Amino acid sequence: MKNEVPVVVAFFTGMLMVVSLFIPHPVVSTPASVVRQWAIIITAFAYVLGVANIARISLHNVKRRQRDWQYKAALVFALATMATIGIALGIESGGVFDWIYLNMYVPMQATMFSLLAFYIASAAYRAFRARSPEATFLLVTAAIVMLGRVPIGEKIWSGFPGLTEWIMEVPNMAAKRGIMIGAALGAISTGLKMILGLERSYLGGD
Amino acid sequence: MRGARLAILIILLGLAGAGFQAGLVSKAGLGTWVAALLTLAIFSFLYRDNPVYKLAEHIFIGIAAGYFVALEYWNVFLPNLWKPLVAGLEHIEYSPLPHFPNMILLIPFALGILLFTRFFPRVAWLSRWSMAAMIGSYSGLAIIGALQGDLVAQIRANMVPLYSREALTAFGNDGTESLLFGLLELLRNPLIIVGLLTTLIYFFFSREHKGGLGVAAKIGIWFLMISFGASFGYTVMSRVSLLIGRLHFLLSDWLGIVR
Repeated sequence: MKNEVPVVVAFFTGMLMVVSLFIPHPVVSTPASVVRQWAIIITAFAYVLGVANIARISLHNVKRRQRDWQYKAALVFALATMATIGIALGIESGGVFDWIYLNMYVPMQATMFSLLAFYIASAAYRAFRARSPEATFLLVTAAIVMLGRVPIGEKIWSGFPGLTEWIMEVPNMAAKRGIMIGAALGAISTGLKMILGLERSYLGGD
Repeated sequence: MRGARLAILIILLGLAGAGFQAGLVSKAGLGTWVAALLTLAIFSFLYRDNPVYKLAEHIFIGIAAGYFVALEYWNVFLPNLWKPLVAGLEHIEYSPLPHFPNMILLIPFALGILLFTRFFPRVAWLSRWSMAAMIGSYSGLAIIGALQGDLVAQIRANMVPLYSREALTAFGNDGTESLLFGLLELLRNPLIIVGLLTTLIYFFFSREHKGGLGVAAKIGIWFLMISFGASFGYTVMSRVSLLIGRLHFLLSDWLGIVR
């Protein structure tokens, strides 16, 4: 029951998805679409489980007055407030939920990502020291792409935007395709291992 | 001490509420102030990790988590599960017993509930059934997606002729720049083919990268480095663009210095 049932469930749900691609008949596609909808519903519960786990760990921290418990209390308060307002009052634009999203969530997210502009400079210094042909390729390409995307680049040499476009469409595209094909093969083999029960790490211990 | 803090908080909230009510603080104005203060709180990390940043960071995580809970409730739970499940109740006046037309939805509902058994170690194994349904479905979908979206599509996109007539006629006669771009256009298809093949050879680990295979793998690394450099340049530009956006918000929307 503990190990066999999950493997059987994973096999049938997974095979149903794969078979529905090759046999587009209602006998297969109808149950496949039903199971797909089930997966979406269970995933929604999984989201809530993750959030409940954050709240549980944070509340445990607050209760025991562990290190930084004040921040955990703020986290739980923000979480509870946002979830309650969203569920009780709705998520329509112009409402309180939307106001919090636009004036708290969006600015903080944008600022967090913009912080990387400062740290990327020190990372660039370490990465861009042209000590080998590979590092030189990295340095030159990054410099051209950056210059090709700003007005000053075009002022220096009118060919920078065109050269940037060519780099993005030719050597960059070729390498990206290689990575994507490799990743696709990896995803297919991992998916098959999951469906066939050869990969069971998602079952956890015991 | 705690009482004093609470009193101050209540007074501040009362003042804000009164100001809001009296129209002294508009909804948009309050929003700008809140956004500006939170922006500054996050920027304070540039000095060093500090309590103000930590508070903003935790509030952000809380809001993000709450946001997704509400989103899942309205976009998934209600339309896909709850509303279809209780639809039968609408006909209660015509029938002594409510009938549930979508009884089958009780299965994903039960599987969703079973996920929460992870909080109870003795019955935590029950959550594996729900996990298996999720993992199985998404593995199947991932196989289909990778096959159709990446593998076949990318291989097909790379099936190009070594050169095209357009590329041969792309050479202009108005200077070095035109000649350079003509040459680059001529190299487009050969480089795409060589780049893909050498990148794939680099990722082929079943044989040692020696001799011809080693040379091809080395060229593959060069292509990868060009790609990483391009991605890095793009990332830098996007982050700087975000930074400019935040600074513009502070100087324009909040302080009104820049118009």
